[in-house]
Amino acid sequence: MNFLSVFVLIPLLTMAALLPCRNIKQLRGVMVAGSTILLLAAIWLVAAFVGERNGGNTAQMLFTASVTWFAPLNICYAAGVDGISVAMILLSAVIVFTGVFASWNMQPQTKEFFMWLMLLSIGVFGFFISIDLFTMFMYYEIALIPMYLLIGVWGSGRKEYSAMKLTLMLMAGSAFLLIGILGIYFNAEADGQGLSMNILELAQRHIPIEMQRVFFPLTFLGFGVLGALFPFHTWSPDGHASAPTAVSMLHAGVLMKLGGYGCFRVAIYLMPEAASELSWIFIILTGISVVYGAFSAIVQTDLKYINAYSSVSHCGLVLFAILMLNKTAMTGAVLQMISHGLMTALFFALIGMIYGRTHTRDIRELQGLMKIMPFLSVCYVVAGLASLGLPGLSGFAAEMTIFFGAFQNPDTFHRVFTIIACSSIVITAVYILRVVGKILYGPAVNSEHLQLTDATWYEKISLITLIIAILGVGCLPFWLSGLANESLAPIIDRLAATI
Amino acid sequence: MRHELLLIAVAIVLLLFDLIASARVKKYHHLIACTLTAGFTVTSFLMHEETSSVFGGMYLDTAMHGLVKSLLAFGTLLTFLISNTWLAKPETAIKRGEFYVITLFTLVGMYLMISSGHFLMFYIGLETASIPMATLVAFDKYRRHSAEAGAKYILAAAFASAIMLYGLSMIYAFVGSLYFEDIAPVLSSTSYMCLIGLVFFLAGAFFKLSMVPFHLWTADVYEGAPTPVTAYLSVISKGSMAFAATVILYTVFGNMVDIWQPIFWWIILITITLANLFAVRQQNLKRLLAFSSISQAGYLALGIMSGTAMGMATVVYYTVAYLCSNFAAFGVIQAIEDKTGKVTLADYNGLYGTNPKLAITMMLAMFSLGGIPFFAGFFSKFFVFAAAAEQGQYLLVFLALLNTIISLYYYLLVVKAMFINKTDAPISTLKTDAYGRIALVACVLGMLFIGLISPIFDYIVSISFGM
Repeated sequence: MNFLSVFVLIPLLTMAALLPCRNIKQLRGVMVAGSTILLLAAIWLVAAFVGERNGGNTAQMLFTASVTWFAPLNICYAAGVDGISVAMILLSAVIVFTGVFASWNMQPQTKEFFMWLMLLSIGVFGFFISIDLFTMFMYYEIALIPMYLLIGVWGSGRKEYSAMKLTLMLMAGSAFLLIGILGIYFNAEADGQGLSMNILELAQRHIPIEMQRVFFPLTFLGFGVLGALFPFHTWSPDGHASAPTAVSMLHAGVLMKLGGYGCFRVAIYLMPEAASELSWIFIILTGISVVYGAFSAIVQTDLKYINAYSSVSHCGLVLFAILMLNKTAMTGAVLQMISHGLMTALFFALIGMIYGRTHTRDIRELQGLMKIMPFLSVCYVVAGLASLGLPGLSGFAAEMTIFFGAFQNPDTFHRVFTIIACSSIVITAVYILRVVGKILYGPAVNSEHLQLTDATWYEKISLITLIIAILGVGCLPFWLSGLANESLAPIIDRLAATI
Repeated sequence: MRHELLLIAVAIVLLLFDLIASARVKKYHHLIACTLTAGFTVTSFLMHEETSSVFGGMYLDTAMHGLVKSLLAFGTLLTFLISNTWLAKPETAIKRGEFYVITLFTLVGMYLMISSGHFLMFYIGLETASIPMATLVAFDKYRRHSAEAGAKYILAAAFASAIMLYGLSMIYAFVGSLYFEDIAPVLSSTSYMCLIGLVFFLAGAFFKLSMVPFHLWTADVYEGAPTPVTAYLSVISKGSMAFAATVILYTVFGNMVDIWQPIFWWIILITITLANLFAVRQQNLKRLLAFSSISQAGYLALGIMSGTAMGMATVVYYTVAYLCSNFAAFGVIQAIEDKTGKVTLADYNGLYGTNPKLAITMMLAMFSLGGIPFFAGFFSKFFVFAAAAEQGQYLLVFLALLNTIISLYYYLLVVKAMFINKTDAPISTLKTDAYGRIALVACVLGMLFIGLISPIFDYIVSISFGM
């Protein structure tokens, strides 16, 4: 047990504290307290991490701890963070914090809702602090299962279908992942040392190339399903559209990032030869994700579907960047994960708030919201601009870095796909501006909508926190990319050694 | 041998009690039976078995045997705990004494089967376990389904053991002895007699494990039998045979591993896939769990197949996790069936609204059976997969993993019924029986902590042995 375990303990204690609560006020109080402590802990972690690094600590992972769990298989509870995990933890804490405010009036069964939400965050935080494949996988699965009930009970629309589809597809992904993990585990045997599940130890070993060829695609696919890799992205639009607001935020904002994070932390880092050999397959798939997601978003009429497809496109870009296998693009991938996490959470929060007032998410029925709820509308515009990559907001910094890095690959194949992926920026602008123009501007035709109120204080907290974060990433990207850069070095070194 | 002797003593005490005790004392019949069994279970966990043999090698014991016996005793205790309300019904109340005694005698049979060092001993144990089992299945003899299930079970079991006996006679003809230690070095994969012996032995074992294609009795018998008996059949009977088969395959048929491993490969694949596909369509929860238990046996067999000490450890560990999960599920079914007579999936709609504790227990059981962390089932599944992957069986593990998705689907259907589906007439709020509650609490604690407390697994690995 070390400091990092706090991120698993706080949600756990919050769950325990929720149990005796009797009314919604107490529940809210506990949740706000729990998520605020989480956020503070995350900020403290970033400060401590930067402090250590500035102090000259160059270890790959900081705050490491390892406790043997299942000795016969040499499975440990191992925790440790590098710059990327620190950034992801901060992102998760921000989204959990804002998610609590976004689900302020969650009814019915509020207690159960918050319990499941906290279980979900245990999975997410646990995943990011793990450096042991077994615990990583365990937390990954913990994060998946609450989704079923969160969507099934509190969702909207075709919630039962979507919940089942999402759960089963993601579990199928985890089946791929588990076989990949077992493959890595049993084939990375070094002379004289036993088997190991520890990522840092595995990185010192070599997996035979013929085994890598089998297990790299499986592992990548396993994580890729969660990262909405084409053609396994179909859970995402349905799932996100049916999920309640906070769950969409957390799922699109953080959970989908588990996929991208796992792809480079496990698949590429541990099997670099196969990664450089087989990356072309996945570049094609992610290229399709990026463009296809964007095109699909254009034709949707449901706000949540638009955003869900836009997530497919943006998360596809994350995987796309990772597969470029160079430092610049991968840094961009990390930035994109953070950026997309923040802005998609903002989008889903706003959509939830608009839906809560107008009871429709159909863009054909919404018009002139800017006059009725200016605060929410302005936030929507900010989110839209971040999504289409306006300089100064987070999207620009991320996408710029990605395409810059992607174009560094000298061969035609990579360049063609980079250009194809680049085109998604234009398509994004189309669907974002179309929606903004359609629902926010123009005359407010629906007389019922005229009575609606603007954001309440708790909604403002949620939105402002997210916007500040988006601005922060957009204006000071070097701070984040610096964090990512040095942490990517070991991965890049391993990749470079293979060529 | 101490386990058997003590168990027989307990059974005889209960038998005499049933014969002698006055009606006034018999009010405490269940309490006494449970206390004695609990006492036996605790004692048997505390007894440390040394490697030993009795009757000139016909009976063998190791620390692992002792552990498995203790686990089976624990399962029997759970069976007794969840059966109180059922036994208290007027039709069964008059013969409740028989239930305890017969159950304990089947357990004696399983003990002998597990510890056998000679095929005759094995066969005697098997039959001692099977024949009384049929009377348990038909315990509600005035209920047509139960009587029918009893008849089905005894016919199918007799057929299976006849086939097994035929196989054993082949082995005897080839070797000239039925002692395990005499047989093991002589068997060879090239002799047809040995092949027939092995295959017929496996057929009998697969019948007990209800592996496809020897599973056809399972769903009907599980559905017809009284629920506590179903639980007993699905966990204890299966678990004992899984371990006995593991030991015999490792110690007797070790030479023929290149024959039985491919057989296992295909049987496992067919078992898991078919059982899962059939389970998806079941509306009766007991039938659903019957098919689920068939597929669980398939996963369990992954551990047997690997042929290593780790494989045996994972088999035992899987049994532990499966014991807790399945008893929790059947405990809930029993509690509800007793009070309302409802066992279909649709009856469980909206259960969380009226009986949250039962619903949560059921949900945990489903998650554990489906292999969701951090419940026991996740760890046990991971370990059997790891044991199989260690032997390079990646393809089979992968197919089995894909099958877990199907199984998760029908487990989630149960969760969906309880938590998501709405209904106008949910099962009314029930007051559960105190004994049943103890069993459920024990199972829930087991599911929650068996995986997290790693010394359990470490201990099992430390006493297991391979080929």
